[in-house]
Amino acid sequence: MPLDSLIILQEGTRLKIEKTAVAGTMESSDIMVTLSPGSVGGIEIELESSVEKQFGNAIRSTIQDVLTELDVKNAHVKALDKGALDCTVRARVKTAAYRACNCDSYQFGGQN
Amino acid sequence: MSLELSSIPHLEEFCALGGSYSDEQNLQPKDVRTLAERSLHSKKLVNDLDEAIRLSGLRDGMTISFHHHFRGGDYIINMVMAKLAEMGFKDLVLAASSLTDCHFPLMDHIKSGVIRRIETSGLRGKLADAISHGLMDIPVVFRSHGGRAYAIESGELAIDVAFLGAPSCDAFGNANGYSREGDTGIMCGSMGYAKQDAEYAKKVIIITNNLVPYPNAPFGIPESNVDYVVQVPEIGNPAGIMSGATRFTKNPKELLIAEYAAKVIENSGHFYDGFSMQMGSGGASLATIRFLREDMIKQNIKVGFALGGITGSVVELLEEGLVRKILDVQSFDLRAAESLKNNRFHQQISASYYASPSNPGTAVNQLDVVVLSALEVDTGFNVNVLTGSDGVIRGAIGGHPDTAAGASVSIVVAPLTRGRIPTIVNHVNTIVTPGRSIDVVVTDQGIAVNPARPDLKDRLIAARLPVCSIDELRSKAEKIVGKADPILYTDKVVGIVTYRDNSIIDLIYEVKE
Repeated sequence: MPLDSLIILQEGTRLKIEKTAVAGTMESSDIMVTLSPGSVGGIEIELESSVEKQFGNAIRSTIQDVLTELDVKNAHVKALDKGALDCTVRARVKTAAYRACNCDSYQFGGQN
Repeated sequence: MSLELSSIPHLEEFCALGGSYSDEQNLQPKDVRTLAERSLHSKKLVNDLDEAIRLSGLRDGMTISFHHHFRGGDYIINMVMAKLAEMGFKDLVLAASSLTDCHFPLMDHIKSGVIRRIETSGLRGKLADAISHGLMDIPVVFRSHGGRAYAIESGELAIDVAFLGAPSCDAFGNANGYSREGDTGIMCGSMGYAKQDAEYAKKVIIITNNLVPYPNAPFGIPESNVDYVVQVPEIGNPAGIMSGATRFTKNPKELLIAEYAAKVIENSGHFYDGFSMQMGSGGASLATIRFLREDMIKQNIKVGFALGGITGSVVELLEEGLVRKILDVQSFDLRAAESLKNNRFHQQISASYYASPSNPGTAVNQLDVVVLSALEVDTGFNVNVLTGSDGVIRGAIGGHPDTAAGASVSIVVAPLTRGRIPTIVNHVNTIVTPGRSIDVVVTDQGIAVNPARPDLKDRLIAARLPVCSIDELRSKAEKIVGKADPILYTDKVVGIVTYRDNSIIDLIYEVKE
């Protein structure tokens, strides 16, 4: 892992959503996450899921958790879920967030 | 000519004798027309559906029946219901052997009061969704194929008029799912469910697009069961009635499940020359046949008879000499239908012969092994094949509880999870087949044996198969997908699930949105 990426997070640099970015596909067992700069302040989550009744709340809370871990405070999230597992949801949200922040110093592994 | 009847000893024994013969009493003139003319003017042959319906004596509130051998390509139900609506009928009970996606126009007939209630093996698509959300005042009665046969035989389901589509029929009512007189591009193979209705309904109307010369032999439905024959231009869409050859699955999960299932069969104590089996039409079931085949050849074992919904994969074994006979209540693909037509050891059977619990020798009771699918299995081994994980109706009971109860070894094959949906759960949404009749559950992540069958468990462990408890499977599934929120229902009952003996095994409630 490059040293500068560690420094960024160690300094607590807040990830700022600068543009709209997408991660994921609309394939079965995937989730397509579109992250845009928030308009209202705070995290807004718009979820459409094939498993809404069983896992809608779990997916929303995972999205919220990942953004909180990344210290994203202001964003609009549009998620189209086709039954993705929790690990997939985490990966897609994280990738979309990095892309939206024009940040390619990905912090892989662990949950920070 | 005068006979001395009183000279017959014990005349009182013969109360049904019609007295002495006389030419005067035989007022029927001899019919000297040609067979061709007689066929053309058969009294059973009516001009159109209107006339057949009027002649049948159908009245408001009566029970009408249909078969589902045309599956997603069926035109009969929508055609007949549109006609009945146009003629002003109300409050009818629609008792179909099953209903599919293409029957969504029934929603309008339910709303307008033409249909009062429904009996079926299953529901799919928009109609199923609407009924799950409270479309009907009276709950739908769901019956297995064997249970429906029993309900018809016991009089619980009394059919007034059966409307039976047939890919071939002669002017006197001999009907079948194929024809040796040349077909019109539509064949459905076995007419097993229709046979049952034809035998018991008070009036039977055959609707065909292919009027063939008498006698339409071999026939699935004999003329003695038929009252009227109607010719129409179209009875169904061949593409929806029959899929082509089923492709062999490449899904690694299904292949793994199939390999395990084949090994379970081989080590069940029921893998011997002459054993009997039924396989479903799902990817894993079809693949199981392929794995089984190799070991049958190696060990010189042949199947005595294969039962059920029949696929091309089973037909291949028949043609290879690895299956001796096929009993076919429903042909799933063109290969199966053609085999029924061409192979005399491929026998068409009725729903009752297949699975009725009122018939002790019923074919399901002669099964060594059945391989079944499942939407959900719970830790009590209960199986759901009727409602989805969201609580909405999306399937059919079929012969699931019948074969599970009849077979010596009933094996359920299912992936541990489908996407984020767990297959092994604490409680199934809807119990269709009770756990006591399920012996083994085979998943890609392990095999669970019903504790009621320690004999089987020992055999599978000895064969070094990955045996674990059903609870271990359940917790493995939960570890992968997380804990699901429970589905919310209102207190309105929308479906009554019956077991094969006509008892009620579960209720389906309206889904709350």
